[in-house]
Amino acid sequence: MSTQLDSVTTRDAADVKPATATTTRATLSRGASITWLAALAWLGSAALTQWWPAADDWPYTRQYLVIKLVLAALAVAVGVAGWRSRAGEDGKAGDARAAQHNVKPQARVDAWVHAMPWLLALAVGITAWEVLTAQLEWLPRPFFAPPQALIGVYAEDYSRLGSSVAHSFGLLAYGYVLGAATGFIVGVSIGWSKAVGYWVHPVLRLIGPLPATAWLPLAFFFFPSSFSASVFLIALATAFPVAVLTWSGVASVNTAYYDIARTLGARPGFLILRVAIPAALPSVFVGLFMGLGASFSVLIVAEMMGVKAGLGWYLQWAQGWAAYANMYAALFVMALMCSGLITLLFRVRDRLLGWQKGLLKW
Amino acid sequence: MVAVPEVLARSDSGRALRGGARIDVRRVCHQFALRGATLPVLQDIHFAVEPGEFVALLGPSGCGKSTLLRLVAGLDKPTQGTLHADGAEITGPDPSRVVVFQDPTLYPWRTVRGNVGVGPEAQRRRRGWRRDALHDQTQDRIDAVLQLVGLSEFADAFPHQLSGGMAQRVALARALVNDPALLVLDEPFGKLDSLTRIRMQGELARLWQGAGFSVLLVTHDVEEALLLADRVIVLSERPARIVAEVRNDAPYPRHRDDPKLVALRREVLAQLGLDT
Repeated sequence: MSTQLDSVTTRDAADVKPATATTTRATLSRGASITWLAALAWLGSAALTQWWPAADDWPYTRQYLVIKLVLAALAVAVGVAGWRSRAGEDGKAGDARAAQHNVKPQARVDAWVHAMPWLLALAVGITAWEVLTAQLEWLPRPFFAPPQALIGVYAEDYSRLGSSVAHSFGLLAYGYVLGAATGFIVGVSIGWSKAVGYWVHPVLRLIGPLPATAWLPLAFFFFPSSFSASVFLIALATAFPVAVLTWSGVASVNTAYYDIARTLGARPGFLILRVAIPAALPSVFVGLFMGLGASFSVLIVAEMMGVKAGLGWYLQWAQGWAAYANMYAALFVMALMCSGLITLLFRVRDRLLGWQKGLLKW
Repeated sequence: MVAVPEVLARSDSGRALRGGARIDVRRVCHQFALRGATLPVLQDIHFAVEPGEFVALLGPSGCGKSTLLRLVAGLDKPTQGTLHADGAEITGPDPSRVVVFQDPTLYPWRTVRGNVGVGPEAQRRRRGWRRDALHDQTQDRIDAVLQLVGLSEFADAFPHQLSGGMAQRVALARALVNDPALLVLDEPFGKLDSLTRIRMQGELARLWQGAGFSVLLVTHDVEEALLLADRVIVLSERPARIVAEVRNDAPYPRHRDDPKLVALRREVLAQLGLDT
């Protein structure tokens, strides 16, 4: 059996090898030219900022210039590293052991080269943004802020922005963990016990689809603080998808899994913890993902409506002062936070569900 | 396949090496309720499996053989009649009577070793054994069983990395690690390719001869039944009745082209109404 497997894999590898070698060579040379283009683009962008003055005097233009030069230097560094690794590869073409030894740094350089088209696109996009807002002022102020202004926000208002992130994160963590745990337990109970299903399922069907934000006025009235009200709302928004998908996961477990475990001497506790829950886990993670998305939206709304801290509040506050640059800066931070949390969730899932084939990539 | 390792031959319950459970199936009738109507599946089934005996239940597809196995395993209760294991009535599943189904049904989230260890793990909780007390011994047993089915090198593989035959060996190992008194096999080789099936039939016969357990095998393959079993019980179409019992005392290892087996095969086929 193993010999059969081996022969298949070696044949595949032999078929594939020459093809990949040539394609890597081709992508590498194209990657190199894009890398040098990116360096040139950032240098050009810096020159533009230096010698084409903005219509208005924007602070932090000097720092902005420095960042551009750093990015240009980064592109140059990647270009040099790529050129050196390729030269090394050609030199030691016959020496398989040396090539193997170099595999890791080689992969790292390749990853950087792979990111270079994005660096180039960013140079073009940010320069266009700067020219339209700062130099030409074609876009109406103060609704559109130039890139320098965002740097200004991060440099001057970082403490308020930072504490807003901390507040948002704390609120979200409380609500999400509470909601995910509740949803998971409810889902497992409905999926496992007919009696619980009989009583809880209709309630879930009636209350679940209601947007959590609809409870907002009532929640702020019933709960002692706006913080606890928001925790409740976020938990509610999270719990519904988690409960439904956990339930569906538990309900669709192959009944033969239970038969096998029972003939091997398993009791109900083992059947729930060691059979039903692991089997339902892929579905549970879909629920956790959807719940996380729902919790973001409730978090921001709750902070805009009642809580006096957090990124939602920051947006509201910036709007009150017509500080649009602050809004863009806060939105960018918010995007990083939400994306980072979803990435984290997927990392946890990949670790727990490594046994599964064909996972959705994030 | 090697000689049965000592770890496996030594029995925890002190059962004699050439032991195995005695199973009595007494006047069992069973029916399913289907949309208000009742569908009789088993009709007055009465037979016994002697300790250490290998009995095959042979019958056409869908005749209710698998239902009978579920009753013996204790997964379902008969509508009428009783089943006994060593004199005690069967009221639920027990790890002394382990089932191997047609599909290996491994837990995809456990490695091969984890799958084989399901039985000891589930029973440890049941009997309240301390976690570390029998841990090493259990691991040794798992290793021995994996060696027995020839999968030592795949102990850390996940089920989706295995071929059908390997997965079915893991299922067999998962049953054997419990030191069963009765092995209940529900067409265990039905989905394997014919070469793997022939090899695994030989391995099963050797396993059964080496260790002390009774076997109840359900199959629709006449050749398989005659090749493996001491006694073949022939069942009719649904609702299943016992049509005939054929005793086969040919010595092991048996060969498919043994004239005695060929004669028995003709006899069994005649009983099934397939005389050619």
